[in-house]
Amino acid sequence: MTNMLEQVRKSLLEPAGIGDSELGKLMAEVMRNRVDYADLYFQHARHESWFLEEGRVKSGSHNIEQGVGVRAVSGEKTGFAYSDEFLLPALTDAATTARAIAQSGGSGGMHIQWHGGERRDLYRPLDPLASLADEAKVQLLERVEAEARRQDPRVTEVIASLAGVGEQIMVVRSDGVLAADVRPLVRLNVTVLVEQDGRRERGSAGGGGRTGYEYFLDEDRALEYAREAVRQALVNLEAVDPPAGTLQVVLGPGWPGILLHEAIGHGLEGDFNRKGTSAFSGRIGEKVASEQCTVVDDGTVAARRGSLNIDDEGTPTQKTVLIEDGILKGYLQDTLNARLMGVASTGNGRRESYSHLPMPRMTNTYMQAGAYDPEEIISSVANGLYAVNFGGGQVDITSGKFVFSASEAYLIENGKITQPVKGATLIGSGPEVLTRVAMVGNDLKLDTGVGTCGKEGQSVPVGVGQPTLRIDGLTVGGTQV
Amino acid sequence: MSQAEAIATAAQEARLSEIVTDALQAARAQGASAAEAGVSASQGLSVTVRLGDVETVEHNRDKTLAITVYFGSRTGSASTSDFSAAAIVDTARAACTIAKYTAEDDCAGLAPRELMAREIPELALCRPWSLDMEQAITLARECEDHARQADDRITNSEGATVSTSEGLEVYGNSHDFLGAIATTRHYLGCSVIAQDDAGMQRDHWYSVVRDAGDLESAQAVGQKAAARALRRLGARQITTREAPVLYEAPMAASLLGHFVSAASGANLYRKSSFLLDQIGEPVFSSGVNIYERPHLRGALGSTPFDNEGVATHDRDLVVDGVLQGYVLDSYSGRKLKMQTTGNAGGVHNLMITPGEQDLPDLLDAMGEGLLVTELIGFGVNGLTGDYSRGAVGFWVENGEIQYPVDEITVAGNLKDMYRGLRAVGADVDTRGNFRTGSILLDRMTIAGK
Repeated sequence: MTNMLEQVRKSLLEPAGIGDSELGKLMAEVMRNRVDYADLYFQHARHESWFLEEGRVKSGSHNIEQGVGVRAVSGEKTGFAYSDEFLLPALTDAATTARAIAQSGGSGGMHIQWHGGERRDLYRPLDPLASLADEAKVQLLERVEAEARRQDPRVTEVIASLAGVGEQIMVVRSDGVLAADVRPLVRLNVTVLVEQDGRRERGSAGGGGRTGYEYFLDEDRALEYAREAVRQALVNLEAVDPPAGTLQVVLGPGWPGILLHEAIGHGLEGDFNRKGTSAFSGRIGEKVASEQCTVVDDGTVAARRGSLNIDDEGTPTQKTVLIEDGILKGYLQDTLNARLMGVASTGNGRRESYSHLPMPRMTNTYMQAGAYDPEEIISSVANGLYAVNFGGGQVDITSGKFVFSASEAYLIENGKITQPVKGATLIGSGPEVLTRVAMVGNDLKLDTGVGTCGKEGQSVPVGVGQPTLRIDGLTVGGTQV
Repeated sequence: MSQAEAIATAAQEARLSEIVTDALQAARAQGASAAEAGVSASQGLSVTVRLGDVETVEHNRDKTLAITVYFGSRTGSASTSDFSAAAIVDTARAACTIAKYTAEDDCAGLAPRELMAREIPELALCRPWSLDMEQAITLARECEDHARQADDRITNSEGATVSTSEGLEVYGNSHDFLGAIATTRHYLGCSVIAQDDAGMQRDHWYSVVRDAGDLESAQAVGQKAAARALRRLGARQITTREAPVLYEAPMAASLLGHFVSAASGANLYRKSSFLLDQIGEPVFSSGVNIYERPHLRGALGSTPFDNEGVATHDRDLVVDGVLQGYVLDSYSGRKLKMQTTGNAGGVHNLMITPGEQDLPDLLDAMGEGLLVTELIGFGVNGLTGDYSRGAVGFWVENGEIQYPVDEITVAGNLKDMYRGLRAVGADVDTRGNFRTGSILLDRMTIAGK
């Protein structure tokens, strides 16, 4: 980490004339009141996006986001202020404002011995915006559109976008920890419209990760997204009205892991459990899933969209077991909730930006592979639904009810995949759904890198994954009674 | 607004106007044939009290400058939060660099000069609230106390939040248009948890206004939040069936939202909407009128001009069930060979004519069916109109609520749902940009056990 820390200090703090002693003074300013813990979060991010439709890259944008968040924690109270200027007077002002949460009479004059954390390198510290020439970004999107159109004459529209973020962050904590990270993130998305006999349908695909844009050129990934989007759209042209009612449901591998994110993941975030507002509160050690289920949140998978070297509180990320062989094992923690619950942070303290407070968030959440061949799982179903692609999902933490919406699904009849059906929302109860998992496939797959999770108005990139699963009883929100 | 506040606002407006002017000049100096720039600056305070104690105090102060440049029919955009002279020039340059690589697009450009707002009416959108941290804490605590004291079964809380924010937006373009809009937004909300042997249920209530004098009382917000959580206790799944569905006003607003999305130019020119080529056609049941009122004084959706400087005006979107027009900005207008409707950035107070029945009357009119009080998930396909969302609500028989239900979905197709709209209630929810009373729909599929 030391090199990365030096690199980020040089680029973020040095131009503003902020060194160790200035950081010490700022921290002393915050700690002048009775504050238990404080941190400063320095962020500088460059975002760009390129957008193609009607065969041309018609627009592009570039955005710079930078600032410093100052947080002061006293007991369960949090004071928060920020500045979008890297200037000492502005930072001092934010520090004074944030500490007002606590009563005066703190230890202000303390001497902090700064120290860096361990070194991690889950991704290369590069700026993706500079990883490809602008002409090449435009050409990449043009190739994607040509590939999509080449697939089928029924393709009427192709929309493709390329987006990248080059971000540097640095965390300065009252316990002396200094930590920094350089985080690349790229994403490419393709949506196609197809038309046949007056019926129009859509298909979408995409992917990305913490890497440069060359990722999309390797193994022709970008072109594969184009082909996949067309394939989905053509399937939807044949889709009939989906069934309504409680059915046996087989979920395909990869992105359908959004099930775990909604049904399990959110309900295990430390803030809800400290407050006792989650349907999972107080249930550690209980059986909440079939013995075949082991679910983890893993921020350490190399170059994945949901991965981080350190979380936004400077804690190294880790692989946290949430459910092991069906038993609820643990929660996802940030420093505040971990301290109040008397446990250690699991490296899940994340924030959308310097102007947002951190809270416990998922990274990459997935279920470990099981024993069954996916073919065997499908052939075991007499009458059910096979859902392989999904849009978004949502959960009510307190009641535990969650939804996720299928965008590509098929009927299973007598052990065979038959008719495609239109998209439908699936609804279930988080604490119950995994108890109905009857078969877990041996085909664990992570998603392609397109997930964004929203919580209390803050968006962060995440990943999900799972093997093929058979769930005996999930409510399918179709229209055919 | 006091005189001192008015002077402070005027000074801030002058400063932001100068930044917009500088940005447009920088774009021109870089060779752009046309340009537009918008600056927004806001500040606010947000306080949350949970179980009687302060949980968070957040001080917000944000600003951003966005520039779009045109080189003939090529375009590029950039934004920054740094307002230094050097950053303004850099941002203009970043936008110009992008425009070097984007393709010619005949439809790109500023909105027509003659549509720029000439007069900017005073719409009572800015009513600052001099609320300090202690006062905010007191109000939030009072609100949560009312919720917690409402019933012994209110066992836990996610807290009550009070927030206030003030914003100023200045937009200018190379038609020599320069306009400013100052706004305020004040919020009081509470979310609590009710518990019985069957489990926990959470619900909330909030009030959001431009003038703090219009805010619902702490008592009203707290008690409504408690009542809403309590009535959900014991919710169960019902069996799969078809039935009429009544959307309670706050949820009915989402039906208007899906309509606006399908009527929006970006989805129409991409042929991604089930409302394509439907102007002049009956898309709602007869008797339904949907209209836009951008100049309602003090309303949350009001604005004198849109994001392109185009003057906003009252207009009808649906008359007696028949679609009259779309929701367009200048780009989508040109794509569709139509004129912008002053909707760059969205609609401004979209309303459906309320009926005379309140919620109990509508329950009575429905007889047997589902009252939906909350929706979750995103299962709406604007291309086909296919609709399938998770729902929470109440089963109704003989016009009376029987018991709470959850873990169900409501599904149908928006085309059928809109044509099967039977009644709109008098119970209009004014807390957002979409204003409607409760809406009764003919028949949907409810999936459950």
